[in-house]
Amino acid sequence: MDRRTRALYVERAVWPIGRGDRKFWISVMVLGALVAAGVYAWIYQVQHGLWVTGLNQKVSWGFYIINCVFFIGMSYGGAMTSAILRLTGAKWRAPLTRIAEATAVAALLVGAVYPIVDLGRPDRFLYILRYGQVGSPVVWDLVAVTSYAIASFVFLYLPLIPDLPVAKAALGARAGLLGRIYDALSLGWKGRPDQERALARGIGIMAVLIIPLAVSVHSVLAWLFAVTSRAEWHSTIFAPYFVLAAMFSGVAAVIIVVAALRKVYGLGEFIVAKHFRYLSYLLIALGAGYLYFMISEFLTDGYVFESGTTSGLQSLFIGQYAPEFWSFSVGGLLVPLVLAALPGRFPVARATVASVLVVAGMWLKRFLIVVPGMANPIMPWEWGQYQPTWVEITILVGSAAAIPLMLIVFFRFFPVMSVHELDEVEGRYEVSSRHRIPAYAPVYGAGDAGGGDD
Amino acid sequence: MVIDLRRCDGCKKCTEACQTEHDLPKTFEWIKVFQLQDKSGETYYMPRPCMHCENAPCLRVCPVAATFRTDEGVILVDQERCIGCRMCMAACPYGARYFNFGDPPAAPNPFQKPTPEFPVPQIKGTVGKCMLCVHNTDHGELPACVKACGMQALWIGDLTADVATNGSDTVRLSSLIKDNDAFRYKEELGTSPRVYYIAGHGQDLDN
Repeated sequence: MDRRTRALYVERAVWPIGRGDRKFWISVMVLGALVAAGVYAWIYQVQHGLWVTGLNQKVSWGFYIINCVFFIGMSYGGAMTSAILRLTGAKWRAPLTRIAEATAVAALLVGAVYPIVDLGRPDRFLYILRYGQVGSPVVWDLVAVTSYAIASFVFLYLPLIPDLPVAKAALGARAGLLGRIYDALSLGWKGRPDQERALARGIGIMAVLIIPLAVSVHSVLAWLFAVTSRAEWHSTIFAPYFVLAAMFSGVAAVIIVVAALRKVYGLGEFIVAKHFRYLSYLLIALGAGYLYFMISEFLTDGYVFESGTTSGLQSLFIGQYAPEFWSFSVGGLLVPLVLAALPGRFPVARATVASVLVVAGMWLKRFLIVVPGMANPIMPWEWGQYQPTWVEITILVGSAAAIPLMLIVFFRFFPVMSVHELDEVEGRYEVSSRHRIPAYAPVYGAGDAGGGDD
Repeated sequence: MVIDLRRCDGCKKCTEACQTEHDLPKTFEWIKVFQLQDKSGETYYMPRPCMHCENAPCLRVCPVAATFRTDEGVILVDQERCIGCRMCMAACPYGARYFNFGDPPAAPNPFQKPTPEFPVPQIKGTVGKCMLCVHNTDHGELPACVKACGMQALWIGDLTADVATNGSDTVRLSSLIKDNDAFRYKEELGTSPRVYYIAGHGQDLDN
């Protein structure tokens, strides 16, 4: 193994740990202030009741349900990308997995809070456990989200174990109390062959397990809507539609976080243009799949033009929700797909811009599922209206700020790249090949030495 | 319940009586009167209470069983149990459920504790709806809306005893339904609503 390279990536992986520079504290304060504003808005809502929101008798679900689906969806990208790349043995994943898994946990924690924010009586939340009815989709959600949350914590923790002693050694005298915490968390990891085998087995099981868990979470979220008789929601395609939406927005979220942390922590040498190109391929495949689902949904509904579906379709295509619908279809789906698919220069910038558009677009799409579904008349001619208030907007901004806040705080204590995986890839690569290509760069794609066209 | 659309003149006395009975604000129309147009452009009215479905979607989706069915088949809400998730409002095909976004008006009797059978005052952050005035019918009295209807358009009945009354007449429920071709709203959804409508010429609810 190339010792110089190893020293380099160990140095980069632990670089953010314990680093309290001005930039870090300013970020923490700004993000923390936004989160605090969101918490304040929620407390205000609990005190005064949900009338301080834009919700009303017709549109009784709004921002909170949209945000719940949106943030839990985001968390998928992390979990699924990491799991799929592990299972397919894609070596280029090594510098990305930690970031992807941490993003999954952070986004999930934010998304999982939303059902509670939405409740009229959050103080009775635990009634769901006490009086839980197996037939209710709300109960399915609680079970699915909880098991997925536990799994994604474990999925973040397991690959972290072998990195803790490395981080302690790298920090040296700076480690202090953190070193003792590392010791406790690393469960006596010495890198013995039996430990390596146990860890590989554990990570393998989790990678397999997390996929059906993630699929189940978004399926039950979809059924929250699909089991009602509302024409816009009562659809057999809804569960896979939601799962695909989640993966699509999730991969976009991972691209954004990877691009941001790469800049902030100076990981440009390890996370190269090639990574963004491969992640873009994933994004394009999922986006194309999503477009196909959308066409399938609208074509079958629009062709028959049944009385129940007409007003919903009209409101989307030419009616009051047309601006949002076309912004999403063009700006959040077509444009980013073309942007990510085009060959040529600036792959990192293009992937990042495309991902920002996708994430914003997928928020809009969830809005277009929840709000028109509620506002469309179920009784004759009674259209609903929905205009969110400062409370809902502040909570959305605050909760969005919580994700980068959690990430920078987490990476202030734990290595940002998986040193163990980089070691593994590096070592194996050296055995199987004589080329001097850094193995953490993606290895497929003939002739690519990685990082040339950033 | 049987609602005779031929007789309803849209005065909304039923809605007002309901709101007085249950101390509800004006936005809470547990029995709501919709204004519709028939095929010749004539206006007619459709009061919509809770349908007390036999196969109630709201009851199935409730995570805490706060919504339940009495032995008589009335769907009630236990507001001491409701967590306010509003899943039932999404599931109800008739928009019959109302969420208490804020504090309800103060009850005249400060010691009154709300029960599912008499949910007054309503509880903030929970869902309420028409409970067919079981607090009245249990004592052989009429629901507030039936009592208030000057057109005798609302009938309350009992399917087992096969009897119905609008306050002035008492008839056989099965004959009332059969002889007048009474139908149920959105019956195709399979909810088996227990409110029947009698429509006049051209009064088509499936618009």
